[in-house]
Amino acid sequence: MATSTPAAPTGGQPHPASAGPPGKGGAGGGSSRQSRRTLIHRLDLGAMPYGFIAPFFLIFGAFGLYPLLYTFWISLHRVELSTMHTREWRGLANFTDLLQDDLFWNALANTFTIGVISTVPQLLMALGLAHLLNYRLRGSVFFRVAALAPYATSIGAAALVFTMLFERDFGMVNWALGLVGVDSIDWSSEKWPAQFAISTIVIWRWTGYNALLYLASMQAIPRDLYEAAAIDGASRWQQFRTVTIPGISATIIFTIVLSTIGATQLFGEPLIFGQGPNGVSGGADNQYQTLGLLLYEEGWKNYQMGRASAIAWAMFLILILVFVLQRVIGRVTSRKS
Amino acid sequence: MARHRFGSTLASATAAAVSLVLVAGCSSGDDADKATTKDGKTVISMGLFGVMGYKESGLLDRYMKENPTIKIEADVAGDEQTYYTALQTHLAAGSGLKDIQGIEIGRAKELVDTQADKFMDLSKTEGIDHFLPWKLSQVTAKDGKLLGLGTDIGPMAVCYRKDLFEQAGLPTDREEVAKLWAGDWSKYVEAGRTFKQQSKNKKVSFMDASSGLFNAMIYGSEKQFYDEDGKLIYQDNPVVKDAWNLAVSASDAKLTAKLPQFQPGWDPGLANSTFASTVCPAWMLSHISEKAGPANKGKWDVAKAPKGANWGGAFLGVMDKSPVKEEAQKLVAWLTAPEQQAFIFEKLGNLPSSKTAIDLPAVQNAKSEYFSDAPIGQIFGEAAKEIPNKQVLGRKDGNIKDAFSQGLQLVDKGKSADEAWKTTDERIKKLTR
Repeated sequence: MATSTPAAPTGGQPHPASAGPPGKGGAGGGSSRQSRRTLIHRLDLGAMPYGFIAPFFLIFGAFGLYPLLYTFWISLHRVELSTMHTREWRGLANFTDLLQDDLFWNALANTFTIGVISTVPQLLMALGLAHLLNYRLRGSVFFRVAALAPYATSIGAAALVFTMLFERDFGMVNWALGLVGVDSIDWSSEKWPAQFAISTIVIWRWTGYNALLYLASMQAIPRDLYEAAAIDGASRWQQFRTVTIPGISATIIFTIVLSTIGATQLFGEPLIFGQGPNGVSGGADNQYQTLGLLLYEEGWKNYQMGRASAIAWAMFLILILVFVLQRVIGRVTSRKS
Repeated sequence: MARHRFGSTLASATAAAVSLVLVAGCSSGDDADKATTKDGKTVISMGLFGVMGYKESGLLDRYMKENPTIKIEADVAGDEQTYYTALQTHLAAGSGLKDIQGIEIGRAKELVDTQADKFMDLSKTEGIDHFLPWKLSQVTAKDGKLLGLGTDIGPMAVCYRKDLFEQAGLPTDREEVAKLWAGDWSKYVEAGRTFKQQSKNKKVSFMDASSGLFNAMIYGSEKQFYDEDGKLIYQDNPVVKDAWNLAVSASDAKLTAKLPQFQPGWDPGLANSTFASTVCPAWMLSHISEKAGPANKGKWDVAKAPKGANWGGAFLGVMDKSPVKEEAQKLVAWLTAPEQQAFIFEKLGNLPSSKTAIDLPAVQNAKSEYFSDAPIGQIFGEAAKEIPNKQVLGRKDGNIKDAFSQGLQLVDKGKSADEAWKTTDERIKKLTR
């Protein structure tokens, strides 16, 4: 709509006021018709861009900002889902209760441990996979599509299949372990096996996705660098360490941030892994209850919206904290180098 | 020039308007207006869950054929937890409700206590004096308002595997099996000890999980977790404590396969015969026959439980704001009338909550081919009459039952009974706070 801007010298009757800042406009002009036209014009120029960007801000306000503020307001009350109109003011009590709640710390710890044992191997494997895909090889498009296929699978389908694989009595994993003489493991009711099983779902889904991100960034590294390194006698491994990794460091940080956010929000995999009441509470002993599940349990099983909102805000603050920490660490390390 | 300017003003105005509409779009549209179709039929919408059977058995189609002016749109959610959460949200928002909503027994008290004003009073419905005496009292508010009419109930029996019982030297005839534990659930656990001692196949457990036993024991009593005034009494209720102790002893004696009902692993357990018995309400038979599969047909049988108990059941309520509530009331009365309840039982095995229906020959003579031709109509019909005539419900019954079930899983995992009780107690305190 840039075509409307050259209309500045309105009506061929140049007037100093017409080009002046708003407020003074039309003050010196004799004809009121002229000043109305310039006013419309100025409004047009001034308001139109806002009109075009309004959809984003309106939608953000309605679905982003308003829920955020409303959630905070709710978190200061005791309120049940069935009777949302009757609220009892609790101030910050929901938050202080949360700090004293073992389940909250348990969920936080589980979110962290599941996050670590799924993110770290996932990103390392993605890096390796991307390195392999970066070689010139036959059928590379096929391999790239194959790497992305798990990501295209729905969480529900993937989690259900893995739940069957990890079933105690007749699951394939225990069957395979039995072949090599390992006793069957009760994957869902023991803490670490359960967390490991859930991590495998995450790893399976996201490794290919991250690998493609790495691959895209690896392909931007100039070939000359590798050639130069090869001439200097660097091995493939040394090339990977000294050329590839520094070359894609920005992407690595990006995937770490993405994975951290993803890990904090981990919800679908453990919910389906447990199924029924055990899914909501993350196992009979809460051994794999994440913050997302705890939020869901408080809100959608116990129907305590105040407490659920407090957890939502706690998660939000934790993410901000992680972000700030990452910035601080980033700044410190860059100052050192 | 002017035209051009006007055009761009219009464009910006349109952009703003479109975004407003996008934002406001979700709040517009009122379900109450959609009462009739183009050809003038009255539309009644239903919200159902699980296998209530009205859609599946063709009953709704029959009603529409007999009443050509009515069109019924039934929406069936597979999982009750999901269904109830949506119902709660719709009740809170005051929109999105169907004309008729199903109510599961575990939620009945909560709805009676907090949402009674949103339901139509069905107590004046004609011809509803055929229900079991306690059924309708469960959804009657203090002022006598009746929130729903009864669908099925869940009288209990014990489903067992004849072949596995035989291997362990236990009787296989259903009368004799029932005698093994007649009158007392602790005799059922005793039978389990005998089973474990004598069974040659050590991979087969006597029962699926101790939580089924716990449920059967507590639901044979008038009160479980709450008293009539809505006060929590589970800590001191001897019924709960006895059930807990017996369930723990069954777990300690390693009589269970550690497979709680409807949890992962239970279905493969049924299919691969890893346990020899399970406590089964009437509505569970169709699940067992489906999951245990044709290979196990005729190996299963049903024996009378030591004591009458009721686990589960549902109601159909009509929303007060529904524009077609008279028609909906008629439909609900028809669906829960004795003949239709008996029909559903024949089709799916959901036992009627209507006393008249239970006595109909269609129910009394019913046999289950899958369960070795067991006379399930008689067995469950008799069990229904043994259920205490008063059933006190509480607001968080469903969630407390889940908490106990998880507590017993902790015992299965090797936690001490005291520790598991303490954890359960803390959880219940939290969810009822």
